[in-house]
Amino acid sequence: MMILVLLLCCISSVAPQESHHEHDGGHNATGISIVTFKWHHVETPYLIALWVLVSFLVKLLIEANHNVTNYIPESALLICFGFILGGMIWGADKVQTFKLTPTTFFFYLLPQIILDTGYSMPNKLFFTNLGAILIHAIIGTCWNAATLGLSLWGCHQGGAMGNIEIGLLQYLLYGSLMAAVDPVAVIAVFEQVHVNEVLFILVFGESLLNDGVTVVLFNVFDAFVSLGGGAIDAKEIVKGIVSFFVVAFGGSLLGTVFGLLISLLSRCTKNIQIIEPGFIFVLGYLAYLTAEMLSLSSILSIVFCGVCCQKYMNSNMDENSIQTVRYAMKVFANGSETIIFVFLGISAIDKTIWVWNTGFILLTLFFILIYRFIGVFILTWFLNRSRLVPISFVEQIIMGYGGLRGAVAYGLAVNLNETKIKEKNLMVCTTLIVVYFTVILQGVTMKPLVQWLNVKRAATVDLTLVEKVQNKVFEHMLVAIEDISGQIGDNYWRNKWRNFEEKWMSRLLLKPSARKKQDRLFNVFHQLNLQDAMEYVKEGEHRGSLEFIRNESAFVDFKKKFGEDYEEAMPDIMALNDPVSACRRDPVPSVSLEMHEQNMRGLREAEGINSHYLLDQHLYKSRKQHRYRFSRSHLDINQDENEVQEIFQRTMRSRLESFKSGKMGVAPPKTITKHTKREPQPKVQPSARFNRKHKSLLCCVYL
Amino acid sequence: MGSSRSSLRRVPDGQQLLQETGCEPERWFCLGLRSEDLEAELSENPIGDRIVGAFFQPGQETVDFPSFVRVLAHFRPTEKNRTRDGVQPEPANSRNRKLKFAFQLYDQDRDGKISRTELLQVLREMLGLQVTEEQLQSIAERAIQEADLDRDDAICFDKFRKSLEKVDIDHKMSVRFLE
Repeated sequence: MMILVLLLCCISSVAPQESHHEHDGGHNATGISIVTFKWHHVETPYLIALWVLVSFLVKLLIEANHNVTNYIPESALLICFGFILGGMIWGADKVQTFKLTPTTFFFYLLPQIILDTGYSMPNKLFFTNLGAILIHAIIGTCWNAATLGLSLWGCHQGGAMGNIEIGLLQYLLYGSLMAAVDPVAVIAVFEQVHVNEVLFILVFGESLLNDGVTVVLFNVFDAFVSLGGGAIDAKEIVKGIVSFFVVAFGGSLLGTVFGLLISLLSRCTKNIQIIEPGFIFVLGYLAYLTAEMLSLSSILSIVFCGVCCQKYMNSNMDENSIQTVRYAMKVFANGSETIIFVFLGISAIDKTIWVWNTGFILLTLFFILIYRFIGVFILTWFLNRSRLVPISFVEQIIMGYGGLRGAVAYGLAVNLNETKIKEKNLMVCTTLIVVYFTVILQGVTMKPLVQWLNVKRAATVDLTLVEKVQNKVFEHMLVAIEDISGQIGDNYWRNKWRNFEEKWMSRLLLKPSARKKQDRLFNVFHQLNLQDAMEYVKEGEHRGSLEFIRNESAFVDFKKKFGEDYEEAMPDIMALNDPVSACRRDPVPSVSLEMHEQNMRGLREAEGINSHYLLDQHLYKSRKQHRYRFSRSHLDINQDENEVQEIFQRTMRSRLESFKSGKMGVAPPKTITKHTKREPQPKVQPSARFNRKHKSLLCCVYL
Repeated sequence: MGSSRSSLRRVPDGQQLLQETGCEPERWFCLGLRSEDLEAELSENPIGDRIVGAFFQPGQETVDFPSFVRVLAHFRPTEKNRTRDGVQPEPANSRNRKLKFAFQLYDQDRDGKISRTELLQVLREMLGLQVTEEQLQSIAERAIQEADLDRDDAICFDKFRKSLEKVDIDHKMSVRFLE
C-alpha cells in the first residue's frame, strides 16, 4: 500500500513538471542517443492508462477487506480515496491538474455503464412496471426541478443567501440539473442492499428514464438564460414542451432502431464468431453518439438499444459469445463506475472552485430531501389506486431516500456557461456537496435503514421444485380465468404483442436454427449429460480421488443385490422396479460404505439439478409470459407453436378418452402412457361431455 | 348502496354472496364471453380442463351463478385492510383460500392430500412431451421429498402452504376484475 502511495506521488509530481520544462533533447547535436526519455510522445495515453490503473488499484484495496464494505458502500470509499489522491496531487503541484471533465464523463465513462444496465435489464419486470416508472421519471423530475428552483428563489428573495447574483431563471436552471436521480449512484448504493426487485426496478427505472426530462429541462432553461428573461413568451414554452416529446420519444426510437439493427446483424455473424461480441459495443456506442448528435436523449437511446437486442442476441449468438459479451460489459461498466467515483473525489480538491455560501448549500440539501419525499408520496398515492399490488409505505420511504444525485448532475453543472451564470462556482460546489452527501451519507445509512424498516428483500434462495411448478400453475390458471371471465386485461395486449412479435420480428431477427425444435431437444440432452458428468467429477475431486468412479460398476452391482434382498422382505417399499429410485428410497443399509454415501449424495445432487433443469426447460410457457424473459444461464428458444400443438393434442386426446369411457362405461386407463407424437387431431369434434360442461358454464353467465 | 339493493334481491343468496366475495353480484353480470375462442384457448391451456372442472361441485354437471361467482371471487386482489371479526366467514380472496383453490386443482379426488400419482398427472400435463417417464418420476419424487416432512409420500395442505410461503400469492393469483 505504501508503494502505491509513493508511486502516485512520484508520478503526479514528475509528470506535470515535465510538461512545464522545455523539451530540449533534440537541440544538442551530440550524435545518436541510444535511449531517450520521450515523455511528450506518450503523455496523454500514459496518463489515462495510469489513472485507470490507479482507480483499479484503489478498488482492489477497498475490496481487500469485506468487513468495511458491508457497512460503507464501495462508492463512498472510492470517493474518500479520491479525496486522498486529490490531496496528494495538490500537495505536489499546488494546482488542480486532474479532474473529471464533462467530455470525458459523458463520452467515455457513462455510455458503457448505461449499455450494461440496458442489456441486463429484466425486461418483464421493467415493462410491467413501466407506467409507475414513467410517472415518477417525468412528473417526479419536473416536480423536483420546479420546487427546488422556486423555493431557492423564494429564499433568495427573503434574503437567506446574502448577496449573490442569481435570477429566477438561473435558479430554475439549477433546479433542473439537480433534479435528476442518477443511475450510477443508484446502482452503486442499491447493489449492496438487495431490496426486492419491484422496488429496485422502480427506483432504477426512474433514474434511467428521467434523462429525457433532464436533458430537455436543462436545454430549455439554458436557452432561456441565454436569451434573457424578456424573450420568454408562450411560443417558447410550447416549443419547450414539444421538444420534450421529441427528445424522449426520438431517443427511445433511435435506440430501438439500433437494437433491431444489432439483432439483425447477429443473425448473420455465424462465420465471424470471434468478433461477434464486438458488434454490440460498437453499435451501442454509436446509438449513444447519434442521439447526442441529434440532440436527443442519449441515455434513453442506449438503454432501449440494450433492452431491445437482449433477447435476439441471446438466442442467435454462440454460447461463448454470449458469455463474452456479458462479462466484458460488466468489466467496462464496473471499471467506469470506479473511475467516475475516484475522480469525483479528486475534483473536489481544487482551491479555485470553492465558494462557500452556507444558506445556499444548506437550503439546497434540505429542499432536495424534502421535495423528493413529498413528490414520491404524492405520486405513489395516485399510482396505488390503480396498481394490483400497492407500494407499501416503507417502500415509499426507501424510494424517497433512494433519490441519489451523482455524477450526471456534476457534469451538467460544470457545463454551465460562466459568462452568463456568474455564480457558476457556487453551483458547482453545491452540486459536489450534494453528491457527496447523497452518495456517502445516504449510501452508508441505506442498508441500516432497509434493515430497520424491514423492507422486503430480494429472494435469494433457489425455488424449490414445488414452487416452480406452482408458479407455472398460477400463470396458466390466471390465463384461463381471464379467458373465462372475458377480461381484456394486460393479458390481451401482451397476447397481441406476442403474436405480432412471433409473426414478424422473430422471423426476421432470429436465426432459423434458433427457431427449430430439434436443436433444443439435443441441447437439453447434451446439457443434462454434461451436468451429470460435471457432478461426478466434482464429487471425485472433492473427495480427493476419482477412485469411486472407476469402481462404479462394482458399486452399482452391490446396490442392485441389496435391493433384491430388500424386495423380498418388504415388497411394498420396492414398488417401483427402477433400481435407481429403489436406492433413493430405501433406508441406508446397515453396512454402509463410504463410497455408497458419496455416490448417493452425488446421485441425489445430480438428480436434484436434473429435476430443476428439466422443469426450467420443459414447463409449458403460458400465454401470459413475455417473450422478453431474460435468461441468465441457458438459451431461451422460441418454440411456442409446437408447445401449443402438444398441449392441444394432449387435451383433445384425454377428452376423447373420457368421452369414450363415459359413453361406453369403460374406465379410463389409470397408468400414464407414453405419448408419441401423432398427427394433429381434427379440431372439429370436442366430446359431448365437454360440450355439455362448457355450455352450461356459458349459459349460467348469460343470465 | 341503495341501488344495489334491487340487484341483491334479484340474485338468490345475494346478501350471502356479497359477504363472501366482497363484491356486489351485479358486477359479475357484466362479464362477457366469447364462446368459440374460449374453447380454443382453454384447450390450449395445459390445465384448462382442471380449471373448468374446478367450477363444478363434485358430481354436478352444471354450474349455477353463485358457484361461478364464488370461484371467480378467489381471484380478486387481496385487500390488506379488511378487518375481520371472528363471525364473518373468511373472505374468498384471502391468501388461505387462494392456496386452497390451488391445492384443489391438484387434488382431484378431494382426499386432502396430493398423492404422488396426482402430482405426476399435473406434471405430465405441464411438461412437454420430450420428458421421459423416468425423468418425470424423478421430478415428482424430488418434489415430494422437498415438501414432505412426515414421509407419507403425499403432500397435505399444510405442507403445501408451507412450501409456498415465500411465494407472493397475492400477486400471482389476482386478476383485475372491473375495479
